[in-house]
Amino acid sequence: MNVDRITEKLNILADAAKYDVSCASSGSDRKNKDKGLGNASNGICHSYTEDGRCVSLLKILLTNHCIFDCAYCVSRKNNDIKRAAFTVQEVVDLTINFYRRNYIEGLFLSSGIFKNADYTMERLVHVAKKLRIEHNFNGYIHLKSIPGASEELMREAGLYADRLSVNLEMPTEAGLKLLAPDKNRQDMIDPMRFLNQEIIRNTEEKKLFKNAPMFAPAGQSTQVIVGATPESDQQVLQSANYFYKNFNLKRVYYSGYVPVLADKRLPALNTAVPMVRENRLYQADWLMRFYGFHVNEIVNNQNPLLDLDIDPKLSWAIRNMQAFPIDINKADLQLILRVPGIGLLSAQKIVAARKFARLGWEQLKKIGVATNRARYFITCKSNEFERRDLTGQNIKQFIMAQSQSKYIKNTQTQLNLF
Amino acid sequence: MNTLIYDGTFEGLLTAVFEIYERKLYPVKLLKGEWHTSALFEEVIPIVTDEARASRVLRGLRKKLSAAGVQRLYISHMAEIAGEDCNVLGFIRHVFDSDQNIEEDYGNKYVMRLSEILKMVRREKHRMEAFVRFQKLNDGTFYAAIEPDFNVLPLLIKHFKSRYADQKWMIYDITRAYGLYYDLHDTQFIEMDFAELNKPVNVIAAYSEDEGIYQNLWKNYFASVNIASRKNTRLHVRHIPKRYWRHLTEKI
Repeated sequence: MNVDRITEKLNILADAAKYDVSCASSGSDRKNKDKGLGNASNGICHSYTEDGRCVSLLKILLTNHCIFDCAYCVSRKNNDIKRAAFTVQEVVDLTINFYRRNYIEGLFLSSGIFKNADYTMERLVHVAKKLRIEHNFNGYIHLKSIPGASEELMREAGLYADRLSVNLEMPTEAGLKLLAPDKNRQDMIDPMRFLNQEIIRNTEEKKLFKNAPMFAPAGQSTQVIVGATPESDQQVLQSANYFYKNFNLKRVYYSGYVPVLADKRLPALNTAVPMVRENRLYQADWLMRFYGFHVNEIVNNQNPLLDLDIDPKLSWAIRNMQAFPIDINKADLQLILRVPGIGLLSAQKIVAARKFARLGWEQLKKIGVATNRARYFITCKSNEFERRDLTGQNIKQFIMAQSQSKYIKNTQTQLNLF
Repeated sequence: MNTLIYDGTFEGLLTAVFEIYERKLYPVKLLKGEWHTSALFEEVIPIVTDEARASRVLRGLRKKLSAAGVQRLYISHMAEIAGEDCNVLGFIRHVFDSDQNIEEDYGNKYVMRLSEILKMVRREKHRMEAFVRFQKLNDGTFYAAIEPDFNVLPLLIKHFKSRYADQKWMIYDITRAYGLYYDLHDTQFIEMDFAELNKPVNVIAAYSEDEGIYQNLWKNYFASVNIASRKNTRLHVRHIPKRYWRHLTEKI
């Protein structure tokens, strides 16, 4: 093994892959087979980078050679950077040896497009096949489905991988046309539709035959870049909602654009990464998936942008004061989930605990409710409750005056009032 | 106030519960440890662990709690968190003093506390599943040292056994001076004498040839995936508290 060369390749190809934000290793139920290596049923973050993101998988490109010229991408054809390519065996060895030391949950393999889609996809599939068949590796494998690859290759990929993903890159077709003239949105949607059908078919098959082979048991995900093109949060979330509904996506990832290239179509190189916006989008995404919110309740024509100062649930609540206050000891779980400052677990605990005795403020705090926010919206077993007839704006001001945003240190424009 | 001293085992705890109910001892203070008459002024009742009494109490608990509830109680006690004996005892008393199953009575302070303890223990277990870093030794065994806040090694058996079924491995809890060893068939608890092993010559000789290479590759990988313009040290340290760093290859 030429250690120096491998190290150099790893540095180049990990660096190029890091803008893919997905690192999930959960959602699969692959078991250890015949005393082989690994299983993929946990979802574990083995480390965290200094920017606070989870490191769960060995996330690399097979190569950063690419025939495309997408403006937002470091690996674009016309960018003058060092190029490298792993051999199939090198990726296999790295994965196995990292996995045995408990550094990772598995492999996330993507690639620049060299020659053509099929040629690239074939190699990705080859890595996964080798790991599964030759090494009896049962850890997590996430493969990129290369837009335009043949259906046979996609199907084979699904047999070895736990999760497959196609990145939509831009939230709208117009955005994509602007920044990635070589790419075609339909080429991304086609494989998603195909894989969705295969996953549904496989699920049916599994019901009939217990030993039917697994097909992408952790489903599909995608990623959109936010802040490179002028889409509103409404457009971003509407598009996410469309893909959740129509393609059964497990996750949509939002990646705040990191300026890496100078291009007149893009934000300037010194532009700050829109981290707060990205965070708000994820909060909104959670509201849609776990809290029973419809996308139109979060963003609509009157409110096309998420409020950066406060979280989207609070923002919804102060626009809908007529829904409050609710009695924590009586209201349905669905309503409790809509109270700012009460999360999924706290809401479930409240509903379980109130069967024994009615709950007061102290107990709510213990359960984990953020009462500094929730107190404006609920009543409980206590004479103390918010009696003033406050407007949504008042509440927003009170809450913001009390709490300090974790992002404040990142903004230079804050004025010192005292 | 009656002070009870017991041996720290789960059976010991259950025996103490038996004594408390039989002799109507209340209020009580429960302590782990050995009994020294001379060291204490107040009256202390030593509890002698008794299998028969313990299993009677356990049967009682099984009637009033779900199987998972008994398991949770056991885990909370086994984690050996200092000063929590009285809360575990309070929980057991609440179980016996109520007519119904009180597992979800989160308004009660003991039920709530037990759920907090459990959360702490499970998080520590999960962290160990994440932060164990094996090093390959000459004989092919993968070795890792850990220093968890609580006694979670027994909770790790299932995870590591079903994951690393085809390699010999050992996880050693340095704080509590015992380890878990898997020999390709089964796991067992072991204790080791490190005096000889820790000499620098022996340590270096013990590692397999490619161990250093992969550690370096991992460190390189870890540095390469960082996005400098998104640096967020507070978040980083919240996810990996500094006390774990000394066993993390990428942070050494």
